[in-house]
This record gives sequence, C-alpha cells and structure tokens, in this order.
Amino acid sequence: MTNQNTISRESDLSGGEYKWGFVTDVETDLAPKGLNEDIVRLISSKKDEPEWLLEWRLKAFRHWVKLKEEDAEPTWAKIDYPGIDYQDIYYYAAPKGMNEAPKSLDDVDPEMLATFEKLGIPLQERAALAGVAVDAVFDSVSVATTMEKQLGELGIIFCSFGNAVKNHPELVKKYLGSIVPYTDNFFAALNAAVFTDGSFVYIPPGVRCPIELMTYFRINTEGSGQFERTLIIADKGSYVSYLEGCTAPFRKTSQLHAATVELVALDDSEIKYSTIQNWFPGTPEGEGGVYNFVTKRGRADKNAKISWTQVETGSAITWKYPSVILKGDNSVGEFFSVALANNHQQADTGTKMIHIGKNTKSTIVSKGISAGKGSNTYRGQVLIMPGAENAVNHTQCDSLLVGDQCGAHTVPYIEVRNPTARLEHEASTSKVSDDQLFYLMARGLSEEEAHHMIITGWSREVFKELPFEFALEASQLLKVSLEGAVG
Amino acid sequence: MLEIKNLHASVLDIDDSEILRGIDLKVNRGEVHAIMGPNGSGKSTLANVLMGRFDYVVTEGDVLIDGKSILKLRPDQRAHLGMFLAFQYPAEIPGVRPWQFLKAALDSKADANGEEKMTVRNFSKLFDEKVEAVGINPQLVKRSLNEGFSGGEKKRNEMLQLEVLQPSLSILDETDSGLDVDALRIVAEGVNSMRSPDRSFIVVTHYQRLLNYITPDVVHILVKGKIVKTGGPELALEVEKNGYKQYLSEVGAKA
Repeated sequence: MTNQNTISRESDLSGGEYKWGFVTDVETDLAPKGLNEDIVRLISSKKDEPEWLLEWRLKAFRHWVKLKEEDAEPTWAKIDYPGIDYQDIYYYAAPKGMNEAPKSLDDVDPEMLATFEKLGIPLQERAALAGVAVDAVFDSVSVATTMEKQLGELGIIFCSFGNAVKNHPELVKKYLGSIVPYTDNFFAALNAAVFTDGSFVYIPPGVRCPIELMTYFRINTEGSGQFERTLIIADKGSYVSYLEGCTAPFRKTSQLHAATVELVALDDSEIKYSTIQNWFPGTPEGEGGVYNFVTKRGRADKNAKISWTQVETGSAITWKYPSVILKGDNSVGEFFSVALANNHQQADTGTKMIHIGKNTKSTIVSKGISAGKGSNTYRGQVLIMPGAENAVNHTQCDSLLVGDQCGAHTVPYIEVRNPTARLEHEASTSKVSDDQLFYLMARGLSEEEAHHMIITGWSREVFKELPFEFALEASQLLKVSLEGAVG
Repeated sequence: MLEIKNLHASVLDIDDSEILRGIDLKVNRGEVHAIMGPNGSGKSTLANVLMGRFDYVVTEGDVLIDGKSILKLRPDQRAHLGMFLAFQYPAEIPGVRPWQFLKAALDSKADANGEEKMTVRNFSKLFDEKVEAVGINPQLVKRSLNEGFSGGEKKRNEMLQLEVLQPSLSILDETDSGLDVDALRIVAEGVNSMRSPDRSFIVVTHYQRLLNYITPDVVHILVKGKIVKTGGPELALEVEKNGYKQYLSEVGAKA
C-alpha cells in the first residue's frame, strides 16, 4: 500500500513561484457577465432547483441589491483594493457537459481529472488508500465526490451541495441559512443569491466519521467568481473532521471568491474544520490575485465543540472570520490560525466567539506572518452574553515580521456582559532575529532553511492542530510563499 | 588546519570600532588551543568572526582552512567544512525541537558534501545515545530549542550538538561560563572524548578552571584584540595566579 498523503505536493515545491497557476483547457458553459434576477433564476434552473430555493435566492438577491444601493459593502477591514465591479463577473461558469453532476468518475472530463492529478488531489481509488473522501469543486460545480457509497453505509452523507438539494431537501431546507442568514452581511447576501455548489455533510447521531472528509476548490475560468456554500451538520454525539483546500490559476485580473460555510454541531457532537487556503496571491508586483471574502460560522449546542484551524497563505485579499456561537451549555469553540501576507497581500482575519450558554469555553490562537509589503491584521471579537455564567476565553495573538516594509495589526474587541467571565488576552510581536538566523546557519542550514525553520516553529501551535499530512503541506506552503521575502 | 593571518575585524557599519587588531594563529590538526583574556579583549568576537557572523566585518588579513580562505563563505558553508561554534548565548527558537534541528543540520551537511543522509532510525539511535552521554534531561530535548533552558542546560545542549555533528574544528565560546562543577566536567569529558588526531579545538575562556579538565596544547593570551603571549598549559596557571594585569600594561590598556 502506498502511503499517499491527502495532498502530496511536497515534491513539486522546489521553485519560487506559485505552482498552481496553470489553466485547464476545458470547454466552459458560461452565463453572461453581470448580476441581475435573470442570472439568479438561470443558476437556479441550471441546477434544477426546487421553487423554495429559488425564492430564497431571490430574497437574498433583493437584499443584496438594497445593501448595494445603501453602499453597505463593508469597509471597516484594514484592506485596500479598487472597488469590485459586480457587473463584470461571470456568476456561472461550469465545465461543459456538467449541468448534470457526473454519475461516476468515468463521466468526468479527463482534462479536469488531469488537473486534479496535477494538483495532487487523489480522486480515484488512491483516495481510499489515503483514507480521505474528496469532493472537488471546479469553478462552480462539484465534479467528483469519492467514497460516497462507503460513507453511505454509515449513514454519512458527503456530497455536493447540488446533490444534497436533490436528495436530502429536508436537511438542506432545515439548516440552510440557519447559521449565516442571507441578511448577515453584504458578501453573505451575494453568496446566497448566486452560490453554485459546494459541499454538504451530514453525520448521523452517535457516528464518528472514520475518515477525513475533504473538499478541494479550484477557480479556473478567467473573470469568474466562485461562490460556494458548505453546510455541515453533526447530529447528536457525532464527530467529523473536514478539510478544505483551494487554488486558482495565475491571472493578472483579480477574481472574487465569496463563500459561506455553516456548521451545525448538535448536542455532544464535534466538528473539526481545517482550511489550507492557497488561492492565487497575485504577482509579486501586486497584480491580480483572488479577493477572498468569506463568511464562516458554526453553532455549538450543548456539550458540543467546534474547532476551526486555518492556514491562509494565498489570496491578494483575505477577509475572513470563522466564528462560533457557543449556544449550548458547556460548549467549546476554538480558532487556530496562521495567516501569511507577503509581497502585496493583505489579510484581515480573525474570529468571533459568542458565548451564550453557561460554562462555555473558547480558545483563540492567531499567528500572523507579514513579509515583503504585506499587511496582516488580526480582528477578533469575544462576546460574553448575560446568561453565559462562568464563560472562559483565552486569546493569544502573535505577529511575526520578516523584513521592514510589512505591517502587523491587532484589533481585539471584547465585550463582557456577565461578571463571572474569565478572559485572558496575550499578544506579542517579534522579528526573526539575527541571533536566531546565525545560530541555525552556524549549524549548516542555509538562510532560507533557517527562516523556514524559525517560521514553522513559530507556527507550530497551530500546525499541530492540523491532520498530519495537512501540517506537512502547510509547512511547505509557507516555505514557497515566503521565497523571495528573505535573503 | 586553521590559519589566521593578521586578522583585523570591526563591527559592521560602525566607524572606529576595530576589535580584532591583527591576530596571527595557527592550529594544527589534533591540537587543542585555549584563548584566554580579560573581558572586552575580543575573545568572543574572534569566535564569531571565525564562524562568519554577519555583524562583523573583516578589514584586513585572512582566515584559511586547509590552505583555503573562508572569509567569503557564509556561516552554513563554514559549518559544512566541519567548523562548529559552541555559543556563549545560544539563541532560543520557539517551536523547533532540538531533534528536528539537529537532523536538519546533519542533512544539510551531508547534502553539501554529497554524502548520503542518515536514516531517521540511525539518527534517533545516535541522538538518544548522545543525550544520555551529555546528561541532558530527555524531556528537555522534546521541547523548543533552548527555550526555557537554564544556562547550564543550554551549554549541555551545545555539547550535544557538538557530539552529534562531530566537527573537525570546534570553537567553544566561553562554554564554561555559568556552569557548575558537574556541568563543567561534562563539557570537558565531551571535548576529551572527541580529541583525536583529526580534530582541533579552540577553547575560549576567561578563567583557567575549565583548563583543569581540558589540558590544552597551546595557550594564548588575548588582550585588546591582539595575542600578547603564547605558551603551554603552564601559562594558564600563571594567569590564574597573577591575573591579566601585566599583559594589560603591555598594550597600554587600563586594568
């Protein structure tokens, strides 16, 4: 048996530039550029959706239009970008012949399979050997989900969002928008109106999902936006570990990615959600790159636990705050993050922990690495509601600077409405010191190896939360993403 | 093996900061040299300049290893040649385990010299052996490199690295400072056990006491960036008795 990693790209990571910048030549079914009600209807009809879902999309669209008119696109983040022209984006781009989700891998365009091979994503039987189930989303459509059948025997549902709408409408209807309603924010409204696909997971009561579930997102078409939607429901007493990875081709124009992720952790369940975000970061001069505006939130019921781990190395702009609503008593929320901003990248990321239940506990470990002319902001909110007796939060925000033209910022908000709460906040800012570099180099490590070792060591608290293969990948990604920033 | 010729060095980007003011020194294979001197004489600077630290600049002279100048080499390249500096103040590197660090160091050396990398299994065995030999707390090496180590533990960790990397030229920069007698003995035993006709050592120290355990072949007295006297082991004893005073007056420095 080969020891296939979840994503085994280590061997490809020798060079300095973005390795995932290739374009796949597949015929694409494109709706005209621009956004209006007809486009929303078109997407819904392409997906053969039931009436209720179309209605929901239209409500979301109208809400978005209202927000747009009110100029309510959020501007509070510390990011600077030319305005997005929402009429200059393709809202529906699907590989041709994919209106119907493929029945098996045999139905998938070989070009596309080759792309995922190139990315090192095991879609075929190798996935089984690696012990992961994979859902691959290409532009806006889920192209392949592996191991659906094996998981089905346990009652686990892991499929594309589109399939879930068809086959499990009662679950989708019950939970869609229950955590992130379309009224939540500008980008959540946009996503709700035009989302095309994504992943859906349901774990039945008491079931511990035996393998890692993984979704791999890829934007291919130039000028297209990607709006996927993920919904994960862990029923009572269940457990699931879910991973997502993202890449995009090298493009000189920026691409918009506005995703929504909703997690529902019912009583006594646990959801572990790990992300390696490596969207195209733009050229070193700051051209192009993905604008990543993502709303991620989970609700933890009684004794439930939600843990977000993210390694954010890509995107020109990252605007992302995976959050937990600690609704049930004794629920736990965690957020572990490493965010890198190199060259002209800007990351404004953090979390919200909203304590509602008694004895709720949250942990935040945020590590921001700034290099080149990058700007990295931690923005977080810890909110203790009046009923949250004995809530505990520990927050740790560390910033590491590489070079002298980058920036690191920390914006923690804390609001406590119950006097029994205990909160701790630690923050540090450090530089890779000459003493550290000289020490490692004097033992034979090159300057680059030394930097890499110092930075991954510094990030270890977060990496150790990732599944093993992912941790390896994350470390390699940091190495590649930092090349050119040192020396 | 090592030849230092009329070496002058200053602090980078600072005028009139010359610290080494013309050092000549020759260390043959298999020899142990002690460099002694009062505070501020340039002992540590010499050790750091030999290893290629970035914040010093060599203004004159040369340093040769086996007849070839190393002044243009980076610290890692010098390490690959078999040089090793045991630091007076080892840097703390959070999140990096000593094990991982040493394996990477060994691998990079093997890579540079076109040798095969040691297998993880063999390395683990070697590492565990050396951990025991150096008497370092096995729990400690599972933690972050030097982070939260006491002064003595840091020095033992330097000796651990020395023993694993088996360098041909080791420079010990005041490795004895801050050590109790037991730790001192361990450092000395490490050096003594590694002494061989192929290996050379430069032991930089302020006090003579380390030299009770390591008998040097040659002792140099460094004052104000110059070697003012060279002799045998008896020179160290003389310094112990009379201090550096007489040498300070020789170069016109104040005690």
